[in-house]
Amino acid sequence: MRELYHARLLDHAQHPRNKGACPDATRVVHAANPSCGDTLALFLTLLEGRIVHASFTGEGCAVSQAAASLLTEAIQGMEVHVAAGFTERDLYGLLGVEVGEARKRCALLAWGALVDALRDERGV
Amino acid sequence: MSDLGTAWRTAFPQYEHGPFVYLDTAATSLTPRPVLAAMDEYYRSYRANVHRGLYATAERASTAYEAARAHVASFVGASSEEVIFTSGATASSNMALGMLERTLRLSAGDEVLTTVAEHHSSLLPVRDLAQRRGLVVRYLPCTAEHTLDTSVLGILLSVRTRIVAVQLASNVTGGLHNLAPIVHRAREVGAVVLVDASAAVGHVPVEVASLGADMLYWSGHKCCGPTGIGVLWVRNGLIDRCEPHVLGGGMVDEVGEASVSWREAPVRFEAGTPNIAGAIGCGAAATFVAACSLDTVHTHVRELTRYAQEALRTVPRVRLYSAPPEQNVGTVSFVVQGVHPHDIAQVCADRGVAVRAGHHCAAPFIRTLGEPATVRASLYLYNTRADVDELVRAVQAACVLFG
Repeated sequence: MRELYHARLLDHAQHPRNKGACPDATRVVHAANPSCGDTLALFLTLLEGRIVHASFTGEGCAVSQAAASLLTEAIQGMEVHVAAGFTERDLYGLLGVEVGEARKRCALLAWGALVDALRDERGV
Repeated sequence: MSDLGTAWRTAFPQYEHGPFVYLDTAATSLTPRPVLAAMDEYYRSYRANVHRGLYATAERASTAYEAARAHVASFVGASSEEVIFTSGATASSNMALGMLERTLRLSAGDEVLTTVAEHHSSLLPVRDLAQRRGLVVRYLPCTAEHTLDTSVLGILLSVRTRIVAVQLASNVTGGLHNLAPIVHRAREVGAVVLVDASAAVGHVPVEVASLGADMLYWSGHKCCGPTGIGVLWVRNGLIDRCEPHVLGGGMVDEVGEASVSWREAPVRFEAGTPNIAGAIGCGAAATFVAACSLDTVHTHVRELTRYAQEALRTVPRVRLYSAPPEQNVGTVSFVVQGVHPHDIAQVCADRGVAVRAGHHCAAPFIRTLGEPATVRASLYLYNTRADVDELVRAVQAACVLFG
């Protein structure tokens, strides 16, 4: 199994991309892992079926922060219905590593916020 | 003192499975051979239900179950008829409050005093009872040193206080509280004192008589016993007055069309088939730890705690949340500024060091520390200085990794 704290994950954890609140966001979703002390707010600006801007704020472990950074990077400019189809597996693909049961909630915190934010866009 | 740890660990077969640094006893302890043997013997040789059959194995099971109760009772200086077996500390806490709800004449506006340091298993049943009965919950705060601030006791504990639910030791800082002023004041106003001793029993000598509490509980699994078994001690004089909270088989004398009479305590409180093997294991654990001598165990753990605190203090950016060794059950919580507790625990895990990160089921208390979570290393009789050295090396490695 690949090392959890590989270079790219550490880079995104220590230098997160798209970190910061967005006052113009059309959707803001808050998520937390109370037992770990991780918190996250996901800011999405949707325009004409596209995510024209995605950013996040929050505090947490390297895994949750890197996942938020990688995810917001990936969905930047993405069509909403494509982002709405994002799966857990896609997230692990971005993260570049599978995590154990105990770290799943950290890894999936930002993804869960995205699912919440686009709940109405998933179609049938 | 580390030699003691090396000697004691030979009783724990989990150490035979390769190098292993176990510093998570506050979550659950390892199991020594005599406990495994006692439970195995029951399942292999004389499995039967208790208090029912007349045949030999049923007789033997009943005898072993009651002997376990006696061992557990003497472990805390109690007598057998004061000891109720439950499924764990959480069940004990819920049961104790359920018994008090049915026994005390609680009125809306009555008060319960608890503390901000409580484990959720103590806190949540108290809040639930208060909500059901319209009681007011008061919280004893902590001092800057994270001990209970009894200076405000006069304000918070009044004639309106009916129940005091307080821990004996913190599962976060390891700090042993001095409950004497709380118990003294509760006695003056006639409040029932319920003590969560889960972090203390099996780690330091606990004597129910000298504590002066009315009810006290703990889990078997944090002091060498199996999981799924706990104890609720209720003092003589109160236990006979208490109404049962869980109803079912084995706890009734007569059941008429619409009437029922309860059996005597403590069987009145053990409805259904109990965790027989668990109780037998819990009794064997009490015997095992008593044979190690609790004073010797505490001295060993105290020196390791001191060693761990001193070693962690040498690591830059570490903040300790751990009571002074003399007043500590062996728990060292800490954070490293700039590195999330989960990442510390992960690096420890990757290096074979078992610690816990999170709020340790004491979220309100962790908030008073001003931290989202802590790393917690907890020490017990099988630990050595080498274990602590491995922990410190892992923390240093995490600091390097997360710069």
